[in-house]
Amino acid sequence: MKPRDAMDLAEAVKAASSPFSVTGLGTKLNLGRPVSAPPLDLSNFKGIVAYEPEELILECGAATKLSDVEKLLTAQNQMLAFEPPNYASILSTKHAGSIGSTLACNLAGPRRLKVGAARDHILGFTGVNGQGEIIRAGARVVKNVTGYDLPRLMAGSYGTLMTFTSVIFKVLPTPETEQTCVLADGGVSLAVAQMAQVMATGAEVSAAAYVPKHGVYLRIEGIKASVKARIDMLHRAMKLHEVLPAVRSRKLWQELRDVQPLADQNELQIWRIVMPPSETSEFLAALPFAHDYYLDWAGALTWLAAKPDAGVRRYMNSGVATLFRADEAARAKTDVFHPQAPELAALSVRVKNAFDPNRLFNPHKMYREF
Amino acid sequence: MLRMPEPDHSVLARRAEIVTAMRRIVPHASVIESATQMRPYESDGLTAYKQLPMLVVLPETTAQVSAILQYAQAHNIKIVPRGAGTSLSGGALPLEDGILLGLAKFNRVLDIDFTNRCVVAQPGVTNLAITKAVEHNGFYYAPDPSSQIACTIGGNVAENSGGVHCLKYGLTTNNILGIEMVLMTGEVLRLGGKFCEQAGYDLLAVMTGSEGLLGVVTEVTVRIIKKAETARAALIGFPSNESAGQCVADIISAGIIPGGMEMMDKPAIHAAEAFVHAGYPLNVEALLIVELDGPQVEVDHLLARVGKIAAANKSKTLRVSNSEAERTLFWAGRKAAFPAVGRISPDYICMDGTIPRKKLPEVLKGMAKLSKKHRLAVANVFHAGDGNLHPLILFDANKEGELARAEEFGADILRLCVKVGGVLTGEHGVGVEKRDLMETMFNPIEIEQQLRIKCAFDPKNLLNPGKVYPTLHACAEQGRMMVRGGALPHPDLPRF
Repeated sequence: MKPRDAMDLAEAVKAASSPFSVTGLGTKLNLGRPVSAPPLDLSNFKGIVAYEPEELILECGAATKLSDVEKLLTAQNQMLAFEPPNYASILSTKHAGSIGSTLACNLAGPRRLKVGAARDHILGFTGVNGQGEIIRAGARVVKNVTGYDLPRLMAGSYGTLMTFTSVIFKVLPTPETEQTCVLADGGVSLAVAQMAQVMATGAEVSAAAYVPKHGVYLRIEGIKASVKARIDMLHRAMKLHEVLPAVRSRKLWQELRDVQPLADQNELQIWRIVMPPSETSEFLAALPFAHDYYLDWAGALTWLAAKPDAGVRRYMNSGVATLFRADEAARAKTDVFHPQAPELAALSVRVKNAFDPNRLFNPHKMYREF
Repeated sequence: MLRMPEPDHSVLARRAEIVTAMRRIVPHASVIESATQMRPYESDGLTAYKQLPMLVVLPETTAQVSAILQYAQAHNIKIVPRGAGTSLSGGALPLEDGILLGLAKFNRVLDIDFTNRCVVAQPGVTNLAITKAVEHNGFYYAPDPSSQIACTIGGNVAENSGGVHCLKYGLTTNNILGIEMVLMTGEVLRLGGKFCEQAGYDLLAVMTGSEGLLGVVTEVTVRIIKKAETARAALIGFPSNESAGQCVADIISAGIIPGGMEMMDKPAIHAAEAFVHAGYPLNVEALLIVELDGPQVEVDHLLARVGKIAAANKSKTLRVSNSEAERTLFWAGRKAAFPAVGRISPDYICMDGTIPRKKLPEVLKGMAKLSKKHRLAVANVFHAGDGNLHPLILFDANKEGELARAEEFGADILRLCVKVGGVLTGEHGVGVEKRDLMETMFNPIEIEQQLRIKCAFDPKNLLNPGKVYPTLHACAEQGRMMVRGGALPHPDLPRF
């Protein structure tokens, strides 16, 4: 099924008697639990609807390629500030995918530390619910509290609630330049403490990561004079091993954003684990199995590679773990998304029913229950 | 006059029994039943509407909230949650047959965690108290609604409150990490935590700004951030609203995102200056306050660029703050704009539409026309950076018909905002104030979809009914209900 426009999509959904695997450009099929249903192909919903740089607003078809959006924004010195990642190599796809899938999976890169994720930048969408009704939510304005916040609910719903036809995003100016300060590796506990220390200064780092054997990376962005002043500030506070100039800094953060440090070991599963930074080093120390990892978001995000069936969640005190890369069989039998408390799981089912009562969209992609 | 759901007389008849039941859950004095003592709760910040509740209950633990809601659910009693009662849209307006659930006793900061840069607070803690709890280490909680000395963090979650710094630092929804909440069934849920993700759907986002219709928040975890090294403000006068508006667009086009960017029109400038004596220029048509924050060198550099952009837009006056005291003074006029207008007019109502910024001249012109039509004056303050307008409509409630005219004027302004591509409310919420305008922004199918979310959380429609949505909704056929050809599925359901 490949609808031409929103009306066509609405009719198709209304007429449907069996579920669909919702897909835009097909780059997120390996993310989440496997869906065995024929595709609902939304790739026709592409193209820019409106781009108003002075209003900080972009509206485009949900299946517009992320790289096309970025090209357009770059020409005006603007960006999607949440730094949408390109998981092509770990999810075995050809490219980063569409802006709609970026939203549906609520993706975010290293700058989440400072500006949040896709959910913090979505302003509105048009889409079709599971009853074939066209729903518009949000608007081309950056501040809006009229009614329930449907756009943010859609972020991270993995296409299980509605199918988007178009999306509206807030965009922001690209920083004039960037540099990255490197602290020598002194182990993970020290690294987490150092990142917390930096976050308590006025250095305003836009990203903070730790890669074992390499050290702590701290990105400083802004106008040249400001970047220099803040690096000087860090110099006074701690021993900097090295300062990477803009070109190397950009390359480094792109690699960290896209999980390149763990991409090669194909036989390993990759987990994306978010927890309070203060619990991260204890969690890692408790793992009784061989693993490879690095930290982002000042220690709140752990990217972890381990052999299948490692039982990662058993060692967490709090937080959310997602099985991000695994073969289809593993994704079918493991809880890919973090299990919910029973009351929350029941509420999630009711929310699903509020949008897609006949369970047409991406059945069981997130949880077995729906 | 505003219509609310019909009171349930069978509930009112059981009032004494309900009071006894509540006193089994909370201490005797935490149930308020006399009309005199309930009087302070009869309205919130939207004082045009008043209603005494059936009774007021003031729980202080999550277990008590859970027990109260469980009882109310079993006995079909409506609940209206209330924080500090500062809502400007009537979100905490009581119901005649409902329990007003006051959360003021939830007033403790539970955990200050600098390592994870967050604070865990009970919902009755004020917005400013969170900043006060962490400022000794140079941290603060970013959203700063004008009512921040009084409004509570629980109320901020319910309304998704903003403030003058949200263009750069976001609204409540961008600054909270987790909540504990209680459903009408009494079930206690935790969403998020001291980290920025949730298991499953982003229900934290749905709860934020849900105006007390979905659940009662009993604990909030907020993100705190390090205060910028410096903040300086520029006060810039313009010969016209258009030139000020163009200056705002040019600043943003130049890649500058100020910490705050506020605009005032002539009536607002004069009212504020007479009240606060901030040194605002009186010979200009529009005034911008542009605040830059960050490292000193960056602030100085960007202020120079803002000055050039302003000059290119024919600015008539420019003053840059040279001390913290001067910066605070610049803001004092703007922050006191509402009471300042209160001095020049016996009454006023404050509207809250958001528009695409470029539509500002059109909307201001339209507003001037409407001002003539309704024979009432209007002053405008405007979060210019994010397009959020606060027209203040001046009237005298003691004059026959003026309140009705002011409300009609306000409704016309909001219709105009929607017509130019904007929305009914940027930060004050829909409440009862804009409830009956929801259909100017959403079609019946879209409203129906939102009501189905309500059904997922509160199928018996007992939490804050009559707010936000102009119709109630039968949840029995949840999800299976169809709206065909724009017709409402239940024409028999009460409309307010």
